[in-house]
Amino acid sequence: MDFQAVVFYFLATVVVLASLRVITAKNPVHAALFLVLAFFSAGGIWMLLHAEFLAIALVMVYVGAVMVLFLFVVMMLDINLERIRQGFWSYLPIGALIGILMLAEMVVVLGSRYFGLEHVPQPAEFPAGYSNTKELGRLLYTDYVYPFELASIVLLVAMIAAVALTLRKRKSVKALDPAKQIAVKRDDRVRIVSMDAEKK
Amino acid sequence: MESYIEPVAQFFGAAWPLVWSLLKIVGIIAPLFLCVAYLTLAERKVIGYMQVRIGPNRVGPYGLLQPIADGVKLLLKEIIIPSGANKSLFIIGPVLALGPALAAWAVVPFSEGWVIGNVDAGLLFLLAITSIEVYGVIIAAWASNSKYAFLGGMRAAAQMVSYEIAMGFALVCVLMISSSLNLTDIVNNQNKGQFADMGLSVLSWNWIPLFPMFIVYLISGIAETNRAPFDVVEGESEIVAGHMVEYSGMAFALFFLGEYANMILVSALTSILFLGGWLSPVGFLPDGFIWLALKTSFILFLFLWFRATFPRFRYDHIMRLGWKVFIPLTLFWVVVVAVWVMSPLSIWK
Repeated sequence: MDFQAVVFYFLATVVVLASLRVITAKNPVHAALFLVLAFFSAGGIWMLLHAEFLAIALVMVYVGAVMVLFLFVVMMLDINLERIRQGFWSYLPIGALIGILMLAEMVVVLGSRYFGLEHVPQPAEFPAGYSNTKELGRLLYTDYVYPFELASIVLLVAMIAAVALTLRKRKSVKALDPAKQIAVKRDDRVRIVSMDAEKK
Repeated sequence: MESYIEPVAQFFGAAWPLVWSLLKIVGIIAPLFLCVAYLTLAERKVIGYMQVRIGPNRVGPYGLLQPIADGVKLLLKEIIIPSGANKSLFIIGPVLALGPALAAWAVVPFSEGWVIGNVDAGLLFLLAITSIEVYGVIIAAWASNSKYAFLGGMRAAAQMVSYEIAMGFALVCVLMISSSLNLTDIVNNQNKGQFADMGLSVLSWNWIPLFPMFIVYLISGIAETNRAPFDVVEGESEIVAGHMVEYSGMAFALFFLGEYANMILVSALTSILFLGGWLSPVGFLPDGFIWLALKTSFILFLFLWFRATFPRFRYDHIMRLGWKVFIPLTLFWVVVVAVWVMSPLSIWK
């Protein structure tokens, strides 16, 4: 077993264990942190496949941004674990059904007999100076430029919609406008009153 | 050099690459910790002189042993774990705060060829690793089971996530004009152009064509490391040291080390990305590590100078600066640089 195989099995074990803990951990914050660990280790596996751009993007986007916000929400919520677990047995049949369906689909897709994995040729050795990031960029902006632009427009629309949904004017907000604060002159606030001294 | 290494390499056999990497890692981490220790002394001395004080001068000549004394003190102190805290996460928090700050050094080149991992996606690696830093803060804040710690952690996390975006866009500008993600290539690309040919490479570094991005990166770096004037995270007067409030002894020291290691990292990166790294500013002096050290020290001095100069920002002003000033500015500048690079006026051909 060479060094790469050792690293792969190590990362794969971490991914599987962490993913299991995501669904078995009682504390939602722990579950979210195990999900972070799973993402990170999956990034490591992609790195082994020479897909460094995807691996780093996974860490940057999911670990660095999405899960941080997710943790924010989970930590702030006061989750009552008893009430969440109440419906476990009544939801179990439909959950199990969906789980078995997904498992069957994965077996069909990934099972080598149906997918013909044994006919796929060995991937070519990467030439020296091969940069996965550069290749990916070249493909995205030449062959797949229209689908790529379309996807980015869809994402932009979703982003604007999310902002628009939360945009509302509240009257009670005491936020200040720094531009107005800076524009204030002395005469706006202070009035010099000249008075004669009081007579005793 | 090679003849000395050869017999040692044969002794370790197949494990040699691992041992060699570990040795290189120690070779970076050990001086880094020394720098961190003396940066704390430098900070106290510099701020002391700026405030017409002397600063620490009791331990050793000119107070030079003060960081050692502080380290020993922190090591000997008891680590108190609050009874309501989540024990395992409480311990993991400080470790995660320091870890990424050290891991990022793997791709930082100190001179031509002096780098542990000369990876082609170095800049992306840095972005990813620095985005993990926030976990140490969040985990520590939540595991402490204290309102002050939690509020401080929320502030820190929101601030770090916000300024990371502006930093990321500033980096996009750098990689567009260098057309490379490799940090060594980015430095070497700064040694090309009209001025570099005239022997004035200082004028061909990225800081002139990308001046707004240089400033944005510098300020975002200060905010990202939660340093003054953006240190509401600690906010002694309102939330008493934020996410670090429940930590004592070495556990607290890890946060402290992480903060200073991050300062050094941000300064080194600013030097590499905008100030030509190890390149000498003028043609008649040789390039070398000393230039990177000087540039990094200068930016670290700026960190200390800002701390001694500016009053603390109010939290909503920090958020406004990040989201409403820096992000639109950097977005606009990305477009400007993209047009510039593709136009006939491009100076990076």
